[in-house]
Amino acid sequence: MNKRYRINSGILFVFILVLGFLTACKGGKKAPDEDELKPEVPQDNTEILQDIKKAEKIFNALPSPLESAMLIKSAGARFDEALLNPVTNSNKYVTSKSMAINLGVYTCDLSFASLYEQTQLLIDYMEAAKNMADGLGILDAIGQEDIDRLEENINNSEVIMDIVSQTFMNSNSYLEDNDQPATAAIVLVGGWVEGLYISTQLVDMEEFNTNKLVGRIIDQKLSIDILLNLLESSKGNPAVDEIMVEVTKLKAVFDKIKIDTSPVRPEFDPASNTTVLKSEVKTDMTPEVFIELSDVVAEIRNSFVN
Amino acid sequence: MRLLKTIPLIIIFVFALNSSTNAQCKAFARKECLPELESFTHDGNYHAAVLIEGEEAELYKTFYSDMEYRVAIVGESRLPAIEFRIVDINKNVLYSNKDDDFTSTWDFKLESSQQLKLIIKVSSFNQPGDTPASGCVAIMFGFKMNK
Repeated sequence: MNKRYRINSGILFVFILVLGFLTACKGGKKAPDEDELKPEVPQDNTEILQDIKKAEKIFNALPSPLESAMLIKSAGARFDEALLNPVTNSNKYVTSKSMAINLGVYTCDLSFASLYEQTQLLIDYMEAAKNMADGLGILDAIGQEDIDRLEENINNSEVIMDIVSQTFMNSNSYLEDNDQPATAAIVLVGGWVEGLYISTQLVDMEEFNTNKLVGRIIDQKLSIDILLNLLESSKGNPAVDEIMVEVTKLKAVFDKIKIDTSPVRPEFDPASNTTVLKSEVKTDMTPEVFIELSDVVAEIRNSFVN
Repeated sequence: MRLLKTIPLIIIFVFALNSSTNAQCKAFARKECLPELESFTHDGNYHAAVLIEGEEAELYKTFYSDMEYRVAIVGESRLPAIEFRIVDINKNVLYSNKDDDFTSTWDFKLESSQQLKLIIKVSSFNQPGDTPASGCVAIMFGFKMNK
């Protein structure tokens, strides 16, 4: 009897070790089932989706809040504090979903404030992001020492961007490592939607045809399928399912925008030691489609922050 | 009865092992991959996974014009060389680090924004019978605005 127990324990031990090894090998998302990959996809992305089905580990990388804010600034947009989610709202967020969304939203606002050297706002938004991270139980994502370091380096934009980037990495790596990929995805969606909201609100319709920001907004069409795939990998999570409904509305508008790109030609530039990916692009977004997009984004963003 | 007592202990052990592996991967990414970005600003995203010899991972990301990017892909030293390729939406290979002595970084900029795919593969030591090596592979992106 004792011997049988020992054998059973041994088998069980090996089984659980193998199970443990397999769960340790996560990090990337497993390829979703075929049925999960059926949603409407533009023709030109069909092949990419077929590849996704085959791959063993998939990462769907959305622009981070810091990158979104940098894209807005690089388009020459002005800073407008009124577009940010007021930090006073942070007390309203009590559910995991609202805290995850607004961790992304506040990190984007924080990045936006940092790039425009809005020093006091920067500290306020860092505190708001910290409240969201603490509420989600993300240990040490943003410590008091980060806020102190921010205050000490308030006029050093490089250090500030480094702190913003590090604190965001602390949050998303914690969530990935602690089996909360759905929450990690929601944080990214919150940041991405906030960046899109700020961009669309900053476009002056009188300069529609010349505003560089319009091109940046069109570029976001390239990320909408990545975003949906990211959410698909956590399908079944009620918060993710609700967000997917909203994002699908957004995709329907993005589908009205045309992007035609010529084949990409890599050319190495020895002077800068950098490869330039050369290609020409033709895009088509009418002012009517832009207004529709802007309205849908505002509706989603307002549902996120209110 | 002894079995019932053993199960929770084993489960705790396995989860501790799992979480320790993840923590090690995060520490590795921070210590070994992040410094490879040098003067580029890290975007703040974290992509890392434990891969074994011969295993492949893929990453999809949109890259924007007017930005200069550096991608850094670093594997733990116990792993064989990490190969990566960057392909466009039509599957044209734009870069392979195999042609560049398996370098861990690549700098590029774009004339127009593109969705690109990174294919990361752990090569093999080619020693049949040996336990395949496994270890953490981290992927990070840095950017700066084009001057």
